[in-house]
Amino acid sequence: MLGYSLGDLASIFAMQAFDGLILFSVFVLMALGLAIIFGQMGVINMAHGEFMILGAYMTYLCSTLFKAYLPNFYGIYFFVAMVLAFVAAGALGMLTEWALIRHLYKRPLDTLLATWGLSLFLQQAYRSIFGAREVGVDVPGWMLGAIPASDTIQIPINGLFVMGLTTLITIAVFLLLFRSSWGKKVRAVMQNRAMAGAVGIDTEKVDRFTFGIGCGIAGIAGSAFTMIGSTSPSAGQLYIVDTFLVVVFGGAQSLFGTIASAFTISQAQSTMEFFLSGSMAKVLALLAVVGILMLRPQGLFVLKVRR
Amino acid sequence: MSSRNPHSGPASPLRRKVLYGLAALPAAGLLPRRAFAQAAGANTTGLAVTDTEVTVGILHSVTGTMAISETGSVEAEKLAIEQINAGGGVLGRKIKFIQEDGASDWPTFAEKAKKLLVSDKVASVFGCWTSASRKAVLPVFEQYKGILYYPTFYEGLEESHDVFYEGQEATQQIIAGLNWITDTKKAKTFYLLGSDYIWPRTSNKIARKHIENHLHLEVVGEEYFPLGNTEFNSVINKMKLKKPDVIYAIIVGGSNVAFYKQLKAAGIDMVNKQTLLTISVTEDEIRGIGGENIVGAYAAMKYFQSIDTPDNHKFVDAFKKMWGAESVIGDVTQAAYEGPWLWKLAVEKAGSFDTDKVIAASPGIVFNAPEGPVKIHENHHLWSNTRIGRARSDGQYDIVYVTPEPIEPDPFPKGYQ
Repeated sequence: MLGYSLGDLASIFAMQAFDGLILFSVFVLMALGLAIIFGQMGVINMAHGEFMILGAYMTYLCSTLFKAYLPNFYGIYFFVAMVLAFVAAGALGMLTEWALIRHLYKRPLDTLLATWGLSLFLQQAYRSIFGAREVGVDVPGWMLGAIPASDTIQIPINGLFVMGLTTLITIAVFLLLFRSSWGKKVRAVMQNRAMAGAVGIDTEKVDRFTFGIGCGIAGIAGSAFTMIGSTSPSAGQLYIVDTFLVVVFGGAQSLFGTIASAFTISQAQSTMEFFLSGSMAKVLALLAVVGILMLRPQGLFVLKVRR
Repeated sequence: MSSRNPHSGPASPLRRKVLYGLAALPAAGLLPRRAFAQAAGANTTGLAVTDTEVTVGILHSVTGTMAISETGSVEAEKLAIEQINAGGGVLGRKIKFIQEDGASDWPTFAEKAKKLLVSDKVASVFGCWTSASRKAVLPVFEQYKGILYYPTFYEGLEESHDVFYEGQEATQQIIAGLNWITDTKKAKTFYLLGSDYIWPRTSNKIARKHIENHLHLEVVGEEYFPLGNTEFNSVINKMKLKKPDVIYAIIVGGSNVAFYKQLKAAGIDMVNKQTLLTISVTEDEIRGIGGENIVGAYAAMKYFQSIDTPDNHKFVDAFKKMWGAESVIGDVTQAAYEGPWLWKLAVEKAGSFDTDKVIAASPGIVFNAPEGPVKIHENHHLWSNTRIGRARSDGQYDIVYVTPEPIEPDPFPKGYQ
């Protein structure tokens, strides 16, 4: 790093720190839905990425429709799109739970195969409906570009947006799980299904709703990611590995663990990417995660539950 | 017929007439006899050729991750076949195609190639996109003596008896582009980026050798990212620190979209400040990236949809008529369009569908493609021009430079390995 001015280095460090935070928000947003589904319900949802892409396609549809019919409101279409993405992905999630997942609660490993099949099915469905090519999702002008904080420091607007969104959704999920009666029921069902049923909780309804919420959040994540990534039938595959990594590393049942692990992985990865090359950083991050999971197979944080 | 003379007699003019008639006899007999010979010799190896039809294969991924890229090639090949049929076909036979799906899976490509060659007995195959799929089908084509027309620009370092490479090998795409950008932008430093697999790595290797050994300039960074990587902020920061004159980007697939969106979000201004040259973004990719995210970037290709020639306008119109007004045509799509035409010309030159004869007849064939005339080299690649385009916000390129002469393909470049 010799030969650079101190000012340059300082601003790069500031930007690097900020980019680490953006990556952290992206990871949390990707993983929250799965943390609910995999962490709380124990369903290994391999179709998580496809639920995200459903959200992305909803955003694409919204953008196209707004451009054609409501050009005056184009600047705010993104918010409508996110609501729609949540509803669509959530509804599909509830349908999936009803048709597929509920028959497999006693065989959690089989959910892996079933949802993997579902992911292939959904990918081909997107391909048939929207075409095999990538679609370009136009983003309103105010969400593009960067805010120049100084000559050398540029703060990406889409990054800020994702950070804000992640914060909001995380808070909402926490409130929902830990401060609402529904959250109490969910936690009761996940800890002991039979007992929860015995005290009068409609476990089927709770399951369906939980799965739906998890998928809905995935939909919102997909919608937000149209700003930073690509929208194509198989783009969901780009996220699935990182998502599972974050959830498993954090300790599947702990939402706090998910956030902590997203923070650790994102900071490690973005710092290493800066000093090493992209591929190498990924390899090292994965190696570290594997190493830590070998020493601590339950993940970073564990919920103490009597089984 | 002309030999039969009603005025038979010994007179001398008459005798001359008879002699004429005799002389004309073989000539008159020649045409039908030759046509007959063609029918018999047109297919001596049991290919799927009848008196009215010839069957060819199309082998691309229409499902799986690669369907994004390969769809355009399928469309272009079908358009070419339709146009050839409308013009009377090949050696008087209409082309019928059997389409197989490689499903983005290399063993599937090999299996389907074998099916096309062995059980369908197709006369030629237009297909593959990634180098991995081409490498997978190569032994099949060599064993069963098929012909493959391969549309994609690729890393070179290959020359098969049974493959015709319609895309540029690496040096055709890279060297002219680097020379141009050095000349016009007075570039001194380069930052090389790529997705982590054979094509970007080989291409960047050639680019680095050219920059360091021939242009005597400096490469200040070289980096690769896993396929499908969606996070580029760290490398963007690194580039901001090192301030390269030129970013040389060979990022592919979904990563492309993430890269250019993040570049834009990081405030890198490719219109006024930062020069970026890519060899991996065609009009097809820009649809996913969004024109406003890549406006100002330069690309080195052999074809851009915006080429302003009557041939190209005709091609673009026909393509849009067949596949919809919204469709765009990238470099590879146009290259794929050349496949059926090059094959037709070779078959007609050989007077036969036999693969050996078609392959032998191919070198030297010139086709007036939408990009301009292309010529098949002895090494089965095409002579072609390289163009530099500058991305517009509407997703098309403004062509800012064309090489004065078509560039000779050189799949095994000396001094670049």
